[in-house]
Amino acid sequence: MKLKLNKHKLKEIISKNKPLIVLLILCLAMAMLNDRFWSWGNIVTVLRQTSINAVIATGMTFAILIGGIDLSVGSVLAICGAIAATLITTGMDTVLVVLITLMLGLSIGLVNGLLISKGRLQPFIATLGTMTLLRGITLVYTQGKPISATGAASSHSFSNIGTGYLFGIPIPVFIMLVVFIIAYYILKHLRIGRYIYALGSNEEATMYSGIKTDNVKFFVYGAAGLLAALGGIIITSRLGSAQPTAGMGYELDAIAAVVLGGTSMAGGVGTIYGTAIGALIIGLLNNALNLLQVPSYFQDVAKGVVILIAVLMDRKQKASR
Amino acid sequence: MKDISKDFSGVVVLKNVHFNIYEGKIMALVGENGAGKSTLMKILTGVYAKTSGEVYLKGKSVSFSTTKESQDHGIAIIHQELNLIQHLSIAENIFLGREPITKVKNINWSKLYADSQKWLDILGIKEDPRELIKNISVGKQQLIEIAKALSLNANIIIMDEPTGALTVSETERLFSVIKELKAKGHSVVYISHRLKEIFEICDDVTILRDGEFIAEKSIQDIDEDKIIEMMVGRKLSEQYPRVPYKPGEVVLEVKGLSNQFVQDVSFQLRQGEILGVSGLMGAGRTELARTLYGIYKMDKGEIFLNGKKAIIHNSTDALSHGIAYVSEDRKANGIVLGLNVKENITLASLKSFSGKLGNINMTKEDDSAKSYMQSMSIKAFGTSQLLRYLSGGNQQKVSIAKNLNTNPKILILDEPTRGVDVGAKKEIYELINKFKKDGMSIVMISSEIPEILGMSDRIMVMHEGRVTGIMPIEAASQENIMSLAVGKEVSKI
Repeated sequence: MKLKLNKHKLKEIISKNKPLIVLLILCLAMAMLNDRFWSWGNIVTVLRQTSINAVIATGMTFAILIGGIDLSVGSVLAICGAIAATLITTGMDTVLVVLITLMLGLSIGLVNGLLISKGRLQPFIATLGTMTLLRGITLVYTQGKPISATGAASSHSFSNIGTGYLFGIPIPVFIMLVVFIIAYYILKHLRIGRYIYALGSNEEATMYSGIKTDNVKFFVYGAAGLLAALGGIIITSRLGSAQPTAGMGYELDAIAAVVLGGTSMAGGVGTIYGTAIGALIIGLLNNALNLLQVPSYFQDVAKGVVILIAVLMDRKQKASR
Repeated sequence: MKDISKDFSGVVVLKNVHFNIYEGKIMALVGENGAGKSTLMKILTGVYAKTSGEVYLKGKSVSFSTTKESQDHGIAIIHQELNLIQHLSIAENIFLGREPITKVKNINWSKLYADSQKWLDILGIKEDPRELIKNISVGKQQLIEIAKALSLNANIIIMDEPTGALTVSETERLFSVIKELKAKGHSVVYISHRLKEIFEICDDVTILRDGEFIAEKSIQDIDEDKIIEMMVGRKLSEQYPRVPYKPGEVVLEVKGLSNQFVQDVSFQLRQGEILGVSGLMGAGRTELARTLYGIYKMDKGEIFLNGKKAIIHNSTDALSHGIAYVSEDRKANGIVLGLNVKENITLASLKSFSGKLGNINMTKEDDSAKSYMQSMSIKAFGTSQLLRYLSGGNQQKVSIAKNLNTNPKILILDEPTRGVDVGAKKEIYELINKFKKDGMSIVMISSEIPEILGMSDRIMVMHEGRVTGIMPIEAASQENIMSLAVGKEVSKI
């Protein structure tokens, strides 16, 4: 009986940590295939490459948890990056540039929230619209050319955000960790976090409980926009310029990370911890395919296959319950 | 079915249960929620595999592993929640997956409609087979499910709470169909919490309790009290424990309330009283409650709380004015199935469990949930169990607890005992009486007249959005409530 119980427990532990197990298997496989993989330098590289997707995926987690989605994050990243680069070239102080850019992202997110709550648009449609609109505005604004962020008074401090190190660890990795911790705290310990889960699980019952569901939506899409802007700042700083096509397809990587982390597209179920693992899986996969010198056209094929297998494993588990 | 047992990963839910279905007879299957009725029927129809025991069909041992197999043997089940596709027509639903086809493999629409018409005629349903399911009443949808079962050549039809959402006349229609089926030699298994119905149409009754077989009786040899006693395993002394009522101050006064659902509704509610609201489906009772709770807009009229005019735009306003609403449809808008017990209990009052920055005090929250679980005897494995896994009665108690946590002065209970088993019903009545003793004012909407008569201090009856009468309990009877409810008479208010 005791043995049976332990077996049961083990099963439960495995089923609760499926994404982590996928991640470990990937690590193990890579460690065997390539001896450069387990080096400190490579691990740091993986984490840095993961950071932008991780930051965006955190906002996406909020949106998907309430049963919505935010397709506009890639475009928000691009326009915010372009504005940040422009402001830097005017010689504005880095801190001020960062704050203004974040506010811009937040405002765009709030517009998404407005369209979805008061405008009663489907989140998919509303953010598809803003995604296309903002990409267009970015192309018009940049005239299709990169905007350099170098050569101005605060260029150096600005470039530190994406390229600098603290105790030998890249600053974007720190940013990622801080974002994860804050998001975890919000979802686990704050009222708004509870409302996010409630809204995603049963919007009507949440509204009947005296909760202003529109406000929850504003918070969620605002956060998604803010984090996309943060991603834009990191990428612009790292490259030293804002690309008009930056962030294209990033919304899909973010969705993949969220889903790999076990969050339900139907809303109400999921964790930031899962998203962190999901983002790491995607980052690792990109790194592994590069290290193994897989031709870039095949990389997407391999990525797609891994995502499908991982999600299928998760679904099968849920269906058999 | 003989010696049927079933366990789910070690938890026994059925223990050596016997169950017989006789040809051309109607067998009732009763028991509290969680007694194992649905599990037993799921084994019969091949949804679950039994752990041990034998199923015999016409003397032959059978074992179904899919519902398709049981269908092929003439067994059909009509679930409480209907399995019809709202945006398809009646005909498409009846023959879903079995559409007649032409030589070139297209759907033979004329044959589909003709065949459907045949079944509609047999059951006396006056609808065009081309009509979409969403456009017909729930009662007719139920009959369409029966048509579907019959078109599958079902000899044994299992009905799980078929009258739950039906009006009186729809129920009568259903019963006459069931009697016709019986006359034609079909067998019916009738699962219901409504014992009156069982006495009206069933021949025999099988009683289950806690997964065990208690008895099979012929309906002539048993009475309602005896069945209840067998279901709950104890004597039900009094179903409605009455608490004396001392009329207090007027706490709520509604004057001339009108909107798209109700017209010119006026009434008063005093402190410490239970105002029962009776009426038929569609009388506007739920809509009235939801208007007071701020869900629906009001076009005309005024609401006074303790003599002061109150403006209520949404549920947030209502709760801050001390008005709470326990929904009739707990799964849709009463509780959140994906949250656990404590998260549901504190959902409407989370502000009082959190600091200025919105950080939730988990210990305080857990303590509150624990105290409600104890005082209301909510059965769950703990405060962290998901609501999804609780029985209907316990979910309902959580829904009530959630509202109590907001410290309401006025509690609106909309069908508080719907889909709740007999034992839990009594517990809920006792809770309502306790609230009344504590000085809360209660509006109780119910479709069960005995419940209204048993609990209320005053009774308000509605018909088609209007109040047709308000009377003290002493003046009320089944008959005069009913005649007000059908709009036959309107008393001077």
